[in-house]
Amino acid sequence: MKAAELRRLANEIRRRDLRAVYEAGAGHIGGELSVIDLLTVLYFHTLKVDPKNPRDPKRDRFVLSKGHTACALYVVLAEAGFIPKEEVATFLHPHSRLNGHPNCVKVPGIETNTGPLGHGLPVAVGMAKAAKLNGDDWQTYVIAGDGEMQEGSNWEAIMAASQFGLDNLTLIIDHNRCQQGARLVDTNNMAPFRPRVEAFGWAVIEIDGHDIDQIMGALSPDAVAPGKPRCIIAHTNKGQGISFMQDRVEWHHKVPNAEQYEQAMRELEEAASR
Amino acid sequence: MSAELHDCRIAFSKTLETLAEENEAIVAVCNDSVGSSKLEGFRDRWPDRLVNVGIAEQNMVGVGAGLANGGRLPFVCGAACFLTGRALEQIKADIAYSNANVKLCGISSGMAYGELGPTHHSIEDFAWLRALPNVPIIAPADRIETAAAVRFAAEFDGPLFLRLSRVGVPDLLPEGHVFELGKANRLREGTDLTIIANGTLTHRALAAAEMLSQRGGNARVLNMATVKPIDEEAIVAAAGDTGAILTCEEHTVYGGLGSAVAEVVVQSKPVPMAILGVPGIFAPTGSANFLLDEFGMAPDGIAASAEALLKRKG
Repeated sequence: MKAAELRRLANEIRRRDLRAVYEAGAGHIGGELSVIDLLTVLYFHTLKVDPKNPRDPKRDRFVLSKGHTACALYVVLAEAGFIPKEEVATFLHPHSRLNGHPNCVKVPGIETNTGPLGHGLPVAVGMAKAAKLNGDDWQTYVIAGDGEMQEGSNWEAIMAASQFGLDNLTLIIDHNRCQQGARLVDTNNMAPFRPRVEAFGWAVIEIDGHDIDQIMGALSPDAVAPGKPRCIIAHTNKGQGISFMQDRVEWHHKVPNAEQYEQAMRELEEAASR
Repeated sequence: MSAELHDCRIAFSKTLETLAEENEAIVAVCNDSVGSSKLEGFRDRWPDRLVNVGIAEQNMVGVGAGLANGGRLPFVCGAACFLTGRALEQIKADIAYSNANVKLCGISSGMAYGELGPTHHSIEDFAWLRALPNVPIIAPADRIETAAAVRFAAEFDGPLFLRLSRVGVPDLLPEGHVFELGKANRLREGTDLTIIANGTLTHRALAAAEMLSQRGGNARVLNMATVKPIDEEAIVAAAGDTGAILTCEEHTVYGGLGSAVAEVVVQSKPVPMAILGVPGIFAPTGSANFLLDEFGMAPDGIAASAEALLKRKG
């Protein structure tokens, strides 16, 4: 898919996600809006995955370590054909497969269960290590939140990935500068990430995480340093695309009221028509 | 029962190597625990298939889940206390809930690290893992059952926890024994009460039963390696046939084998019971064998508890 089409699709996914969270009366809209451009490029440009054969041993692996933004992933999986589009309407309903955090046992296209933070990257290291052992060329991608990088398990995995020379592994940090309760800078500031991650032996690329061309470029196979795992620091905004949510901590898991929903939807529709 | 004692880790690693010869998918994952997991042979033969993540248990378990996702068959080996304690949430989310085909091998479990103290004891692992869905728990009693359980683990499609000790135990099960999940082995027939044990306690339970027989008591002995799923049929039969049950384990008395047996007994066939184990304290300094004796699990201690139970049974 070309950049223009990806931009249009990302806007559609934002609207579907917003509606799902509004109708469910719960979700993590702020972090979903920050990660959707990344998810869109991954699923509709980068990942070699097949909804008709979601367990193909040679598929690329993707792990959404910031599992609380599951709703965005469900919308993307529905758009990509892994689950029926109408199923998104069941998000958080009793007995729905679409739980508040992704479940690989129930939902095709999901590789491992996430939710507790700091779990996705270690599992992704194991996946990438398996590909190396197998002599396979499939790739492993993982998205972690920036606040999530406070979990020590991530740094255990970062050390192992460089020790193992996993140049088939890409970590994308969704760097929206806000965590659940406060801004990173007021909590346990990990920024700037580049020197920290580089010091552990990774190749680091910094991009605007809402610029589709930059995301495509950073995810390109050409942007891999042989023998080094790749970290893409994606500078994003929590609540990206909606004026009153953008860069506001409280929209981590706040749910819009009817009036706010109308306004947010209007803003996204206007952006789509531009 | 032979008098010679064996470290079950050797049977574990030799069997794993035999399986790894046939099955290229098998990998061993460890946390700087090559020596303590007896993986030197595996490492020397297949250096690429020995994934040593360093001292990082959370990552070790996550990496195990990822390796399984990528088509490998990981045996994740670490000191049981760190594997289960440090990485419990990874075991819950990445292994159990994600249904990752990972074999968690808790080495030197129970109080095997003896004098190193309670930080290194793993006497809570049955309780922690029993609370999680989807993780069978196996504590073999000797080297024969260990080898059989490792072979079973490689065949079984799904996660499980293999609880191994380094404390020497005699051979108890017959050569060629085939491990069956959730199936207790009746090692001694008896009519007055049943002693149920596993791991390092099975041979002690058998010795206690012999002592008891000299004093006129007749105990059935069940080796119950599988703590989950528990063998309800064998427990109900023991309660019905013998009318009293005594359990022994190298684990806290809270939430382990005794609790699992009691859950069946109280709901299906209530009979008098006693539970022997670590009595809810941090153990004092001492070797595993010293501590087991200290906590009333020397053969004569077990026999004394059996006699007390028989009095309650009336």
